[in-house]
Order: sequence, then structure tokens, then C-alpha cells
Amino acid sequence: MKKLLLLGDEAIAQAALDAGLSGMYAYPGTPSTEIMEYIQSSVDASARNVHRTWSANEKTAMEAALGMSYAGRRAMVAMKHVGLNVAADGFINSAMTGVNGGLVVVSADDPSMHSSQNEQDSRFYGKFAMVPCFEPSNQQEAYEMIFDAFETSEKYKLPVLFRITTRLAHSRSSVTLRDAIPEKKLSLPVDPLQFVLLPSIARRKYKSLVSSYEEVKFDIRLSKYNHFKDGSNRELGIIACGIAHNYLIENIGESNKEIPVLKISTYPFPKDLIKDLTSRCREVLVLEEGAPVVEESLRGILDDGMKILGRLDGTVPRDGELNPSIVARSLGLPVESGRDVPSLVKMRPPSFCKGCGHSDVFNSLIEAIKPYGQGHVFSDIGCYTLAALPPYSAINSCVDMGASVTMAIGAADAGLHPSVAVIGDSTFTHSGMTGLLDAVVKDSSITVIISDNSTTGMTGGQKSQATGRLEQICLGIGVSPDHMHLITPLRKNHEENIEVIKREMEYRGVSVIIASRECIQTATKRKKDESANA
Amino acid sequence: MKSDIILSGVGGQGILSIAATIGLAAVDNNLYLKQAEVHGMSQRGGDVQSHLRLSDKPVASDLIPFGSADLILSVEPMESLRYLPWLSKTGWLVTNSNPFINIPDYPDVDEILNEIKAIKNHIILDADLIAKESGSARSGNIVILGAASAFIDMPFSSLEVAIRKLFGRKGQDIVDANLKALNAGRKLSDAYRK
Ligand code: SF4
Repeated sequence: MKKLLLLGDEAIAQAALDAGLSGMYAYPGTPSTEIMEYIQSSVDASARNVHRTWSANEKTAMEAALGMSYAGRRAMVAMKHVGLNVAADGFINSAMTGVNGGLVVVSADDPSMHSSQNEQDSRFYGKFAMVPCFEPSNQQEAYEMIFDAFETSEKYKLPVLFRITTRLAHSRSSVTLRDAIPEKKLSLPVDPLQFVLLPSIARRKYKSLVSSYEEVKFDIRLSKYNHFKDGSNRELGIIACGIAHNYLIENIGESNKEIPVLKISTYPFPKDLIKDLTSRCREVLVLEEGAPVVEESLRGILDDGMKILGRLDGTVPRDGELNPSIVARSLGLPVESGRDVPSLVKMRPPSFCKGCGHSDVFNSLIEAIKPYGQGHVFSDIGCYTLAALPPYSAINSCVDMGASVTMAIGAADAGLHPSVAVIGDSTFTHSGMTGLLDAVVKDSSITVIISDNSTTGMTGGQKSQATGRLEQICLGIGVSPDHMHLITPLRKNHEENIEVIKREMEYRGVSVIIASRECIQTATKRKKDESANA
Repeated sequence: MKSDIILSGVGGQGILSIAATIGLAAVDNNLYLKQAEVHGMSQRGGDVQSHLRLSDKPVASDLIPFGSADLILSVEPMESLRYLPWLSKTGWLVTNSNPFINIPDYPDVDEILNEIKAIKNHIILDADLIAKESGSARSGNIVILGAASAFIDMPFSSLEVAIRKLFGRKGQDIVDANLKALNAGRKLSDAYRK
């Protein structure tokens, strides 16, 4: 039996390959990025020619994966939790169309917002779409579950949601592999109307979706990951979901005989097992990573009857990631602590790499915009968002992918002038292009600065769809060539760049300034690779 | 047997290669292992930590509970202090003395070293200098690993094996320099404790 030391993300990728994956689709986003990266660097995937290039955004990735499933083959799509919002349209409707080849949608949540804008819980989306959802508690289980996820997907002809959190995604452990199975052959859906969501068809499909959600609950493939272990204590029973189960075991031990424990790792959650537990105990404590999804379901509308402890009554903090010490506290166990952090220890926020082109872009922008005062710069999500921190303090918004351009439009509509958007090249192709089209059509008075580092820098330098195409895209969208500029963000061009930005900010119409300089990190890596291959 | 280790430093200082070395050695010793890493935004010159747990029994949690780490292994002095709430009463703190200054309000280095000296079990060494003397200026992280190896419940030789495996692709010179760095760190820490 082969054993590998793998991150949770890598275990998922390896499992998908071993389960006969034919296509992997994704847009990079922490903590999900390593799934695609693993598949891209896999010798097996390349020998088999598994499709594995990055997509423009999570929506296009989701839909491409659905297309591969339509053609009868196994596909996986991965994203971070906020990426699922972008893919939501395709995701929710894929539950309506159903699938042909197995389709697994991995969403990596980020409780405590280690590198995210919110800590939404993807399990809500599972419930919303009414699809089976798997939530592994450790790396080995993640590996095993992927096989069952594909089989479940094919058995019920439904996409399956695979929810992980940062801690599992980015923690390494040894994983024992199974024998690999071959890829599926190309095959079209039996029902030619399966993927056609015309209202009359959709109505019929929705009925069957609702009924299969009930059926799926008792499927052995899902239910084997949920287990109830009774204990002698009749006071408190515990429900622990996904990775929260580990933190519980850390505190009470594997051989606990006292506390009744129900582990839940799949949804829709097992009502019968929950009854087993609640009928035995006076109180229940719910431990789950993320939002109180299970806890709220237990409480129901009237919230009476049994005492339920969890995130809603404050026994567990309402926000933030769990850890063994938080779980200990919620169990009333003593919590050890070492020394306090001495007061002289300072914060060390992340910052631009030395020599990063973004810093030159902001240095020029700050100069150019000085006469207008604060409050004119809408930013987007990427390394350049770090310009929100001192010494730059140069941006006034960062909301979601693409919002820089569209918020600038709205602010300009309101009369704000100048109204400047700063967006990266990868984010621009992810969600900025459509906003720019709006601006051109409405002739909005905005200045868009595309800080182009020829990569997706924030997540470690994945290929950007826009490299070498930005100018053509903008011109194609209809930006006037007179108000379209290419600049190079270097210190020696500082004065010249200020002039360009100043001039275009004054112009009442759409201007685009593309500031191009390759990310230092990817440039260094590229040069290293080139000299290694030379 | 159980070793709960916090690795700390600043993004880009080589914490993940320390983790990878210990991880490989652990697998060689048939130990169970969990290692939680930091990826993404915080790596850009921000503080990073990794929890590494080794045991002869299965490890449940990916994170170490407060007050129970056996070792804080730090490639930067101020960063070693950031994780004191995790250190157990009998745990060791092993740190590089060289500050990594990328913030305007970095505290006085002597004050930091005094705080570290207030901890009963500590080892402070100038890893960068030792690394340079070993012929590989960039192996400061491995020097610290060598110094901390006395507190990790595994034979020293398995760390050497892991270094050979990990750096093998980069050529024999790099392997040798790292082995030298590892040994130099260990020797100094043995002397330090006498
Ligand atoms: S990773 Fe690249 S884009 Fe990001 S801060 Fe560093 S140099 Fe700039």
C-alpha cells in the first residue's frame, strides 16, 4: 500500500486522480489553490492528459466542469468559499440539470479569515442547492470520501459539494492510497433534455431534486462517515462536525467511554442518528467549524425543549476558527496556557515584496491624486490590496473580485470625480471586463488602472488569462485608443507616469492605464527554471 | 512519544523546509504526523507559524492546544515570543538571534533577547553566522533545526537522512552545506546546555 505525506488539498487532488478524473477546473484562491497545482504537477495527470488549466473565474470553471460531466466523464472544480458565490449560478442550476459523469465541487472555507473577506459557510450552499455535501474530518478521510463523492454523484445524477476549511486544506498528514480506477468513457446523457432548463422541464426536475434530497440521506456511501458512539453520561451529548471532531477527540481521547458523541461528516445530516443522541441526553453541545448550520437546524423555529449549546448561546464563540483550546473551554475542561505574549512584540503585517511593480504604481497614483484629497480610489483583490496598509494607505475599497471598476462607475454616477479603479490583470479577466463594458457603454467618467504583473501574484503566481492580451481586450471592449495607455511602473518613469495618470483623471470619460511589470516572485522563478533547463 | 512543535518566523525564511525535513524524518521513524502550514497572504513578509505534531499514536488535532508545545523553534527572535501562549512549562525555546526588520517599529533587540532569557529553557544562537561558516549562508534555518534537534524525540541521523532526500536534487554541495549547518547547530546547543 502506497503512503504519501499530503496536505488536505493534495489528498483531495490525488484522490480525484485515483478515482478516474478527466478534468480539473479552478480559479486560484487561498486555501483551495494547491488542489489544482497538485494536479498540474502530477506525472500521472500529464500522462493521461487530464484537463488541468486555470479558468478565467469560478463560474467559468464550474460550467466547464459541468460540460465535462455532460459528456459522461468525471470532473472536479475547486474554489475558495467566496468563489462559490461567483460560481453560484452554475452550481445551483447544476443541481437542477443533474449530472452525467460524476461532478465534485470543492469549496474551501476560511473561518477566521486568514486570507479572505468573509467567513461564509459553504454548507449553506449545499442545503440551498439540495445536493449531498461531504465534510471530511482529516486528510485520510478526505481521500476516501472523494471516491464516494464521485460514486454518489453518479448514482443520484447530482453534483456533490465537498466542503473543507483552511486548517484541513493546509495541514499535512500521511495518507494511504487506494488502487486507482480508470477514467470513464465519453457518453452523452440518456435523456436529451436533461440539461435543458426550460421552465416546463425545470419544474419536473425540481420535484425530483426535492425527493432525491430525502433519499440521499440514507445512502451507505454518505452515512458511513457519520457515527454515533454512546457513552455512560446522560447529561451531555456532543455533535461534532468535520474537523471539529478532531478537536473534540484531542480533548476527550479516542477511547472515551463517558460522553456520547455523534460525528457528522455528510449532509443532509442524519436525522435518525441525531435522534439517537438527543433521546439519550439532557443537553447537547454542537461543535462545528463555520456557521451554526447544524445547531440552527436542531433549534427549529420555536427553539424550545431541549437545551442546545453551541455558537448561538455563546458556549462556543459565534465567529472564528475552532481549535482544541476553544473546544476544551466549551466542554468546561481546564485550559492550559503558557506565558502571555510580551507587550514589546509588534504586529508584522504582510507587505509588497521588495521591488514589486505595484508599489511604483501606487507611488505615482498617490502623487497624481494628491490635489483631489482622500476617497477616490476603488481597489480590487490581489497583492495590490496591500496598498491599503501604511505607508501607502492609498485605497478606499476592496469588496469582491471586480468591484473596483463597478464601484468606480457608481461613484462617478453619483458625481465623484475623479473616480479611479485599481485592478490586477488576473482579477480583470476574472470579473473586471464586464464592468469595463458597462463603463464604455455608459461613457462613465472613470479611470481604470490595470496593475499588470502578468500573473496571479497573491496566490503564488498562477497563470493569468490576460497575459499579453490586456490591451486588445480593452480596445475590443470599446475603450478609445486615445485614452488607453501603456506605462511601465519603474522608479525612473515616476514623473512621466504621474503625468499620464493626472491627464486621464481629468478626462471625463473612460480611460484605461495598463501598468505592466512582471511580479518579482514569478520573474525570479522563471529565470531559475530557464537557467536550469538551459 | 509525543513532540508538539511550533515553528515560527517571517514569510520566506525557510520554515516550510524545516517542517518538510522533520516530516520526512518522522515518516522514516514510522511516526504519526500532522503539520499545519500558513499559505497565502500572510506569507508576504508577514509573520508565519506552523504547528507540527509527531507521535507514536494517531494525532487527532492539526493544531496544538495552548500551553502544551514541547518546543518553539524560531528563525527570528521577536517571532519566537509571539507563540509563548503555546509553550508548556517544561518546553524549550530555540531561536535565531538575528532580527528580521521589515517594520518601522521593530523593538529593541536587547529587550527581545532579555525576554527570551527570562524563559527557563531557552537557546539563542546566531544561526546566520554559523550558516555562513558552514559554507551556505542561506541555511540559517537548518542550523536552528540542528540546535533544536535535541528536543525532538527522534534519532539525529534520521534528520540527516531527510536532508539528503530533501536537498538531493539541488546537488551534493548544497546537501553537504546543509548537513554541516545541521551538525554545527546541534554541537552548539549541546555545548549551550552543559
Ligand atoms: S508576489 Fe509579486 S505581485 Fe505580489 S507583492 Fe510580491 S512581487 Fe508584488
